[in-house]
Amino acid sequence: MSAVLSPVAVGDSGEPLIRWDWIGRNSDIITHALNDHLVLAIVPVLVGLAVSLPIGLLCARYRWLYAPVVGITSVLYAIPAIALFVVLVAFTGLTRTTVIIPLTLYTLSVLVPAVVDGMDSVPEHVRQAATAMGFGTLRRLVQVELPIAVPVVMAGLRVATVSNISLVSVGALIGVGGLGQLFTDGFNRDFTTPIVVGIALIIALAIVADVLLLIVQRVLTPWARAGGSRRTERRAVRAELATPEEAAL
Amino acid sequence: MDAGTHNPFVSEWNGVTAAPEEDVNRLITFTGVTKRYPDGTVAVHDLDLEIPAGRITVLVGPSGCGKTTTLRMVNRMIDPTTGTITVDGRDIREVDPPKLRRGIGYVIQQAGLFPHRTIIDNIATVPYLLHQDKKQARARALELMERVGLDTALAKRYPSQLSGGQQQRVGVARALAADPPIMLMDEPFSAVDPIVRHQLQDEFLRLQSEVEKTIVFVTHDIDEAVKLGHRIAVFQVGGVLAQYATPDELLANPANDFVRDFLGGDRGIRRLRFVQELDAEAAAEAAVQAADGGPPPPTDDEAATAGER
Ligand SMILES: Nc1ncnc2c1ncn2[C@@H]1O[C@H](COP(=O)(O)OP(=O)(O)OP(=O)(O)O)[C@@H](O)[C@H]1O
Ligand SMILES: [Mg+2]
Repeated sequence: MSAVLSPVAVGDSGEPLIRWDWIGRNSDIITHALNDHLVLAIVPVLVGLAVSLPIGLLCARYRWLYAPVVGITSVLYAIPAIALFVVLVAFTGLTRTTVIIPLTLYTLSVLVPAVVDGMDSVPEHVRQAATAMGFGTLRRLVQVELPIAVPVVMAGLRVATVSNISLVSVGALIGVGGLGQLFTDGFNRDFTTPIVVGIALIIALAIVADVLLLIVQRVLTPWARAGGSRRTERRAVRAELATPEEAAL
Repeated sequence: MDAGTHNPFVSEWNGVTAAPEEDVNRLITFTGVTKRYPDGTVAVHDLDLEIPAGRITVLVGPSGCGKTTTLRMVNRMIDPTTGTITVDGRDIREVDPPKLRRGIGYVIQQAGLFPHRTIIDNIATVPYLLHQDKKQARARALELMERVGLDTALAKRYPSQLSGGQQQRVGVARALAADPPIMLMDEPFSAVDPIVRHQLQDEFLRLQSEVEKTIVFVTHDIDEAVKLGHRIAVFQVGGVLAQYATPDELLANPANDFVRDFLGGDRGIRRLRFVQELDAEAAAEAAVQAADGGPPPPTDDEAATAGER
């Protein structure tokens, strides 16, 4: 890290890009910003998941709903966060809620399609086999369709989480931005250290979150990675069968 | 619904003469059944069909002639537009569909296995649904694996780790797990290569000789129909039943030109082969299974029985 930073670590003022002592002196502020950031990023993902699941399931079941719902979430996604803040501040003030609501809406635009795609990833013959064996609609959903949809939904969840972790910083515009606060601080004082620290922590957070979700996904879906041995095995079975059969003919 | 208690075919399966046709216990009956889909397609037209208990009845015909539709009306995956279907004397409209279905095994071409469940749990699906003891259900699943010719070492694998032929075996085992008196099979062996298909057919016949289920078997392959069926229902497009007869009768006296064409030009050869083939197959199968370390070949009794069909 120092090898990268040292040669270019000089700004206009002769100030180094990063001053390590600042980090030590402000560890409380940094920790607090990090915590804030985490909450601001994760709450929208959780709320978004809870809302996307029923909406996505409805869209998967009643196909005509899907286009309008995607339309609405896309439009919401296209609205700049700052515009949403302006509107929301009038209702929710300069609070976390004002940041969480737009991020939740963004999460919906990722997760609703993920849930629909997840349900689409359930092979029709599997669904029919479940029905034919006597699964009712709810039981089939919980025990067959949702588990099979997990990999696709988890992929969406990872995208939503990582993008939320980066989007939270925008909240700094209204003073609720987690690590984004470090950016404002740095810009205001023309001081790069908080900015660099903020960026590094956001990236680290995103990576850690993604890896954790990946681990969760693997634990939840051991079956999704199985199958590597299939081709070889199939060949083996063929060979095994072909020989005696040929001998018999 | 216990086929065992009113099954007159046990003796025949053991190589004794068949019960006279009049005595046959009709486990599934279609009376004036028509299925018209919402778009106007008539998939099944005014079908009257009686399916005997404890035997294999094959529905055969070209693509789109209504075989799958007919099959799925039995477990209410599809409800007829008009007409009545009874199972074991009972109008199936009176039975709650999930409940009805748990008593009817179902096997389809792509196997329809649950990718997220291990083989053993796939097989035990219906027993779990019926809240049977988990341990017992698993023990039975293992037993069934052996019965359908699967190495029990595969029990903890996932379906994607099995070959197509193995998956089909799991599909059959799963359908048998709750010991249903009826099995519906929709082209169960058509997705595997010919060698495996023949082996599956042979093992299926052997298995059926032990379990004596009432089986409705759909295929578009007339050779498979002739090989497996005690009775064959030939459908033509439009969902019209062209002929319902034993294989021998069908090959000897096709009811009309459609059936004659469907049986193909080599009908005479097929008929001859139908009788001879069984011995040859028994021999071939013995060779396969000896090398395979698999289950034993059918006994002479079974071969003789098959020859009588
Ligand atoms: N859900 C549906 N809606 C409208 N038409 C349908 C539907 N399902 C089947 N059909 C039509 O009904 C007819 C019979 O279909 P079915 O699936 O029973 O045929 P099949 O004999 O099983 O054919 P295959 O050998 O190709 O499986 C076909 O013309 C088919 O296109
Ligand atoms: Mg079909």
